Amino acid sequence: MADVRQIVIDIISDIAPDEDVSSIDDAKSLREQLDLDSMDFLDIVMELRKRHKVEVPQEDYPKLASLQSCVAYLGPKFATAPV
Amino acid sequence: MTYDAIVIGAGMSGLAAGIRLAMFDKRVLILEKHSIPGGLNSYYQRRNFDRGGIRQFDVGLHALTNFIKKGEKGKPFSKLLKQLRLSYDDFKLCPQSYSAIRFPETQLRFSNDFELLRSEVFEKFPHDIDGFNLLVEKVRAFNELDLSLGYSSSRQVLRSILKDDLLAEMLLCPLLIYGSAWEDDMDFAQFVIMFKSLYFEGFSRPEGGVRTIIGLLMNKLQELGAEVRFKTAVSEILVKNGEVVGVVASGEVLLAPVVFSSVGYPETVALAPSLEAKPRVGAMTFLESIFVFDHKIPLTANEATIIFANNAQTYAYRPAQNFFDDVSAVVCFPDNYEPHVRDGEGTVRVTYMANYQQWKDLERSRYLEMKQVVGESALALVHSLVPGLVEKPLFTDVFSPLTIERYTGHLNGTVYGSTDKTRDGRTPVKNLFVIGTDQGFLGIIGAMLSGISMANLHGLMSEAKQGE
Repeated sequence: MADVRQIVIDIISDIAPDEDVSSIDDAKSLREQLDLDSMDFLDIVMELRKRHKVEVPQEDYPKLASLQSCVAYLGPKFATAPV
Repeated sequence: MTYDAIVIGAGMSGLAAGIRLAMFDKRVLILEKHSIPGGLNSYYQRRNFDRGGIRQFDVGLHALTNFIKKGEKGKPFSKLLKQLRLSYDDFKLCPQSYSAIRFPETQLRFSNDFELLRSEVFEKFPHDIDGFNLLVEKVRAFNELDLSLGYSSSRQVLRSILKDDLLAEMLLCPLLIYGSAWEDDMDFAQFVIMFKSLYFEGFSRPEGGVRTIIGLLMNKLQELGAEVRFKTAVSEILVKNGEVVGVVASGEVLLAPVVFSSVGYPETVALAPSLEAKPRVGAMTFLESIFVFDHKIPLTANEATIIFANNAQTYAYRPAQNFFDDVSAVVCFPDNYEPHVRDGEGTVRVTYMANYQQWKDLERSRYLEMKQVVGESALALVHSLVPGLVEKPLFTDVFSPLTIERYTGHLNGTVYGSTDKTRDGRTPVKNLFVIGTDQGFLGIIGAMLSGISMANLHGLMSEAKQGE
């Protein structure tokens, strides 16, 4: 199975190159730790779709709040995604 | 031909919208009437007959607002860098020294350090410093990005907070002339945007002027494979059953399920006859005089980058009564951005408020005469601000509201667009969206953020929603 945590971190480092992603607390909200706004979350969603064909509908954006919730939410999607 | 999205206009908002859409694999077509990109912030050149070679000029750029230092976060400029995936260093920003608001007896200076303005207000208006600080807090707390806001008068808000009318007039002056479509007043949300952009953040200029920015945007578009067509004017926006289906450009039918128009709201309506909206054409238009001298300017130690000069106690921001208004002017010294290069030719730009209809009604020979009158008046002003400056410029160029109208297609030569903004970009036609000035964000940075946010909202998010 794909390493969802690493996939999300890779995307964040590409869309916000100035952020330090090495010391993120998985349980805490990403917004609390990094300078990410709603535009950046849109980019995370768009990159998931572009790179991995994984769809996140708008009402599910809150499920991307922390790395932990990303893994919980995206894990099953990656398991069934056409890679 | 069929595209995923068509963008009308290759100005700052159109290019930025195109980048966002192309970044996520949309087939995007950008259509531009003019032969080069930039829109209201384009560039041109003039042959230098005396010395050989060519001189390059920016059309509108005095200052890039929203200055940030490298690494600063959470500001409009930093959002823009992230969204367009551009690097701070590529903009080669040269910060201002300081700028000055000059009224008959008083001057307020401001710089990229907000505390200069606060200390100037404390010194010149000690009785109103509490009011000023209150205003600053109100501005800081205000969410100007809320797309659902209605109009509220900035002058009324200022009157309720400040005691001294002169302070209100002086603070309004740069904010109005650098962004208001409304006469004598502006929407408070726009006031907040401008206050933050000019006073909190400040001015810089990219080395190389507006071409540097346009070059970055065009390179990015090319990298992403977006198509841009120049000298291709849109003659009609095609609407079927209340929904946009494409455009006609240079006689060709081009289809797309979503169209972003940066040509202005009234101008968009004019292209889509069935669109039931009557946004007003704004009244504010300007004259710009550009002088080139054989040395850098100014010669003295007093090196303001921009001077907002107003020779009256109140600031009248409205169409000139008599062709142009010489009571107030904005004088920009592009040589006074850091680092100061002291050799080579020097440039000064002077902006006056104008009156579109009067210029429109002039016969050709009178038109040229009047442009000369404007140039002489602007030159006299420059000489009064820079004592000891050599008398005759090497080169003078004056452009009028008619020039703006001809090159940008903005009706009546408006620079800040219609007084009827559509803050969420929507029009009565489904999937036809307004971006740029008439969506309500201001300046070069604002225009790009407008293109970005509208492309996100109507081009990308709507799709993410359907993508279940």
